[in-house]
Amino acid sequence: MDALAQYLNLYREHSDVLMANAPEALNRPRPRAYERLMSARLPRKGDEGYPALSVEEMFAPDYGVNLRRVPFGVEASEPFRCGVPNVSTLMAFVVNDSFRPTATLERNLPDGVEVMSLARAAEIYPDVVAKHYDALAGAVKLIPTDPHSTADAVMQPSAVSVLNTLLCQDGVFVRVKAGVRCDKPLQIVNISNASAPLLAVRRMLVIVEDGASCSILTCDHAASHDVDYLNCQVTEAFLGRGASLDIYDLEESSARTARHAQLYARQDEGSEFTVNGTTLVGGRTRNSYYVELCGEHARAKLAGMAIGGDEQAVENATCVIHRAPKTESDQLFKNILDDKAEGAFYGSIIVDEKADFTKAYQINRNIVASPSARMHTRPQLEIYCDEVKCSHGATVGQIDENAMFYMRQRGIPERQARMMLMQAFMADVIDTVSIPALKSRLAQLVELRLSGTRELCAACER
Amino acid sequence: MENNSEKTMPGEAIAGEYKYGFSTDIDTDIIPKGLSEDVVRLISQKKGEPEWLLDFRLRAFHAWQQMSMPRWAHLDIPPIDYQDISYYAAPVKKEGPKSMDEVDPQLVETFNKLGISLEEQKKLSGVAVDAVMDSVSVKTTHRELLAEKGVIFCSFSEAVRDYPDLVRKYLGKIVPPTDNFFAALNSAVFSDGSFVYIPKGVRCPMELSTYFRINAQGTGQFERTLIIADEDAYVSYLEGCTAPMRDENQLHAAIVEIFVEDRAEVKYSTVQNWYAGDKEGRGGVYNFVTKRGICHHDAKLSWTQVETGSAITWKYPSCVLAGDNAVGEFYSVAVTNNRQQADTGTKMIHLGRNTRSTIVSKGISAGHSQNSYRGLVKMAPSAEGAHNYAQCDSLLLSDTCGAHTFPYIDVLNDTAVAEHEATTSKISEDQLFYCAQRGIGAEEAVGLIVNGYAKEVMNKLPMEFAVEAQKLLSISLEGSVG
Repeated sequence: MDALAQYLNLYREHSDVLMANAPEALNRPRPRAYERLMSARLPRKGDEGYPALSVEEMFAPDYGVNLRRVPFGVEASEPFRCGVPNVSTLMAFVVNDSFRPTATLERNLPDGVEVMSLARAAEIYPDVVAKHYDALAGAVKLIPTDPHSTADAVMQPSAVSVLNTLLCQDGVFVRVKAGVRCDKPLQIVNISNASAPLLAVRRMLVIVEDGASCSILTCDHAASHDVDYLNCQVTEAFLGRGASLDIYDLEESSARTARHAQLYARQDEGSEFTVNGTTLVGGRTRNSYYVELCGEHARAKLAGMAIGGDEQAVENATCVIHRAPKTESDQLFKNILDDKAEGAFYGSIIVDEKADFTKAYQINRNIVASPSARMHTRPQLEIYCDEVKCSHGATVGQIDENAMFYMRQRGIPERQARMMLMQAFMADVIDTVSIPALKSRLAQLVELRLSGTRELCAACER
Repeated sequence: MENNSEKTMPGEAIAGEYKYGFSTDIDTDIIPKGLSEDVVRLISQKKGEPEWLLDFRLRAFHAWQQMSMPRWAHLDIPPIDYQDISYYAAPVKKEGPKSMDEVDPQLVETFNKLGISLEEQKKLSGVAVDAVMDSVSVKTTHRELLAEKGVIFCSFSEAVRDYPDLVRKYLGKIVPPTDNFFAALNSAVFSDGSFVYIPKGVRCPMELSTYFRINAQGTGQFERTLIIADEDAYVSYLEGCTAPMRDENQLHAAIVEIFVEDRAEVKYSTVQNWYAGDKEGRGGVYNFVTKRGICHHDAKLSWTQVETGSAITWKYPSCVLAGDNAVGEFYSVAVTNNRQQADTGTKMIHLGRNTRSTIVSKGISAGHSQNSYRGLVKMAPSAEGAHNYAQCDSLLLSDTCGAHTFPYIDVLNDTAVAEHEATTSKISEDQLFYCAQRGIGAEEAVGLIVNGYAKEVMNKLPMEFAVEAQKLLSISLEGSVG
C-alpha cells in the first residue's frame, strides 16, 4: 500500500476514536487536512527539496499510532535526567506524544509563563489555540500527485505537516505573556517508548507575546534501541513585536529511530529568533525550518550541525522568507559524515518584492570523512527586489591537511589532532547557543560523539 | 537615484532595441506545419540521409512522444503548440555555390547587415565562418586552408554525406537522443548544423565560427553541432545567434556535442543574441538548448557564454570529466531585461581522478526579468582528489526583477572538494555616484560598471567576440537604469 494511504485509511476507519480522544480545536482542521491529502503524495528522494531522504520510505513501515491514548509509564523517563550542570531548568517530559510535567515544573513557573499539554490548553484557552493551531503548518503547499502540474522551485513543505494535523491528538503548549522575560530555560525531554513500532505524532505550539522572551531546550531519546520509532513533529512558533525566542534542539535517539521534524515560525517587528538543531545519534533524520520575517527589523538565526556515522542519514532543509523591509537572517549549517552516513542540506532564502534593505546570509560546510559517506547540498537564493545584500557559500571537503601537519609537527597524535580539528570545525555552530552552561555541555557532547561514543545518554549519567 | 526608465529619450530607447530584427526576403523551402512520423521521414528524405540516421531520428521521435516538457526550471513558459511549427525551412539553393560570387546576393546582404560579411570575414579576420540560416548551413568559408591541416569544418549534412563513419561513431553519444524533451525533439527533426573534426596533434590555425539565424516565419530552428578534437588537438569555436523581430515566439532547440580526446583542448564561446521580445514581453525566441562535452585524460573543455537575448533561456552547457586530470570550465554572463527569463548554468560531472572544474557565473537582471543560475557539481565515487570551485554573482538593476541561485552539489567521494559561493546585490550607489561626479551619465555609468563586473568572463572570449559582446551588454541594458 502507498505510504500515505495507510494513514488515510486509519483516519477513515478510526476518526471517531481519534476525535473522541482529542479536543475540539485539534479536531476542527482534520476534515480539510484529509481532503488535501487525498490528492497529495509524500515526497520522494530526488523531489525538489529532498536530495537524500525519501519521506515516503520513512513513513512506509506499518507503525502503530496510539489513538486511544493508552498511557505509557513515566518511569521510562527516569534514566533521562538530561540535566545541564549549573543551570536550573524548568523540565517536562513528552513520552511519545503525551505531555508529562515534572512535579517541580508548575511550582517553579514564573508568572506569565504557561507550559502545559496542548489538549489542556485547548480546553482552557480555546480561542488562543484555535487562532494559532495549524495557522502556519496548515498554509503549506503540497506536492500534487501529478508531477507536471507545478513549476514552483520554492521548497514545498511536505504533506507530512498536513498528516500531522490529521492525526495529532496532543502536544506541548507554551505561552509567554507580553513583557515577561522567562529567565530559566524551559527543557522538554522527548522520549520514544513502546514495545512495538510506533509513530508518535507530536505537536508544539509556542506563543511568545510582544516584548516577551524565552528559551527552550528540547532533546530526543529512545527508551529502547531495538524498536523502530518514527517521530513526526511539528512546531509552530509565533513571535510578537520585540519578542525573543531561542530553541535548542538535540537529537540523541537510536539508529532505529526516524525523525521528521518541521518548525514553522512567524516573526513580527523587531523580534529575534534563534534555532540550533544538533543531530548526534539517530537513524534517519529530516529537520526542516520554515521562517517568515513579517515585521521590520525582525532577525532570525538558524544553525545546525550533524555528526553522522554508520548508516545514518541527516537532511536539514531551511526556507527563510523575508516579507518585510530591513529584516536579517543568518544560516549556518555544518556536517561531519563518517562511515556510510549521508548528509544533505537544502537551504533557501526568498526575498519578497517588498523586503528592501534585507540582509540574508547562508553558509553550509561539510566534511566527508570516509570513502562511502555522501553529501548533497543545495543552497538557494531567490531574490525579487534590489536593495538587498545576500550571499551563500557551500563547501564539501576534508580536514585541512596543512592544519593536520602543523599539529602533528607539534607532537599531537593524529587521532587527537583530527578530533581537535573536527571540534574546531563545529565551534561556530556551538557558539550560536547563548546560554554559556549549555554551550559547554553541547561542546562536551560533541567531543564524546566525535570520539566514537554512540550511547551519549549513558555517558550523560556518569 | 532618479528614475530614468520612464523618461528615456525616444532616440535612446530606439537605439536600445533589437538591431538585428530584419528578415530577408529570399525563397525558402518550408514544409507544412506539424510534427509526425511522416514529417520526420520527410526531413530525412529531403536531406537524402542514410537509413541509420533515419532510424536515429525515429527513435528520438518515439521517445519524444512519451516525454513531457520539463517544468523544474524557474521559468514561466507559456504552452507551446508543437504542431504549429514548421520543422524544416531552407533557403532555396540552385546549385551549390562554387565561389563567393555565386552565393545569393540577398543572403550576402543579410550577413552584411549582421556584420559578418562572408567576404570581409574571409579576407580580414581569418575566422572561418559556417553560417546557418533557418537550420541549413549556407556557406562555409576558408575550407581550403583548413583542409590542408586535415581539419574538417563543414555543415552537418555534408559531414553525413562525406564522413558518415565519423558522424555515426560520435552522434548522440554524449547527448543521447532520449536525453531530455528538447534533445529528443532536436534529434528527431534537426535539419542541419556544423561539424568539426580536428585530427590528432593538430592545433586549428584559426578560430572556427558559426552564425545562426532564424529567418522564416513560423519555423523553429533545430541545429546540431558536433565537435571532435582528437588526441592532442586544439580548437577554439565561436557561435553567434540572431533572429528577426516577430510578435510570435520562435523555438530554438539545439544540441551541441563535444568530444575532447586525450590531452586535447576545446574552447567553445557563445554570444547569444536571439530576439528577446519587446518591452511587454511579446515575441522573442525560446532558447532551449542542450550542450554537453566529454573530456578524456588530461583534456580540457571550456565554455564561455554571453547571453543577452532570447525571451526564455533554458541552457546548461555541461562537462563530463571522464578521464583523469581532465579540466572543465564554465564562464557565463547572462543579462536579462524587460520580461526576459533565463534559467542557465552548468553541470560538472567529475568521474576521473584529479579532475578540476571552475564555474564563474555573472547574472545581471533588469526590468521585470527573472534570471536564475542553476548548476550541478557531482563528484562520483571514482573522482579521487577532484576539485571544483564555483562563484555565482548576481547584480540587480531594478526593484521589479528577480535573481536566483540554485546550485546542486553532490559529493560521493571523501577526497573531493567542492566550493561554492554566491552573492546578490544591487549595483553600487557609490560607484554610480563616483561616475556621476565625473560627468558620466547614469546610462553610461551602468554600462561601465556592468562591463567591469563581467570582465572576468569577457576576458575569456576571443578578441573579435569580446568587442561585440561588450557592445551587446550596454545595448541590452539601455533604458534599464532606475
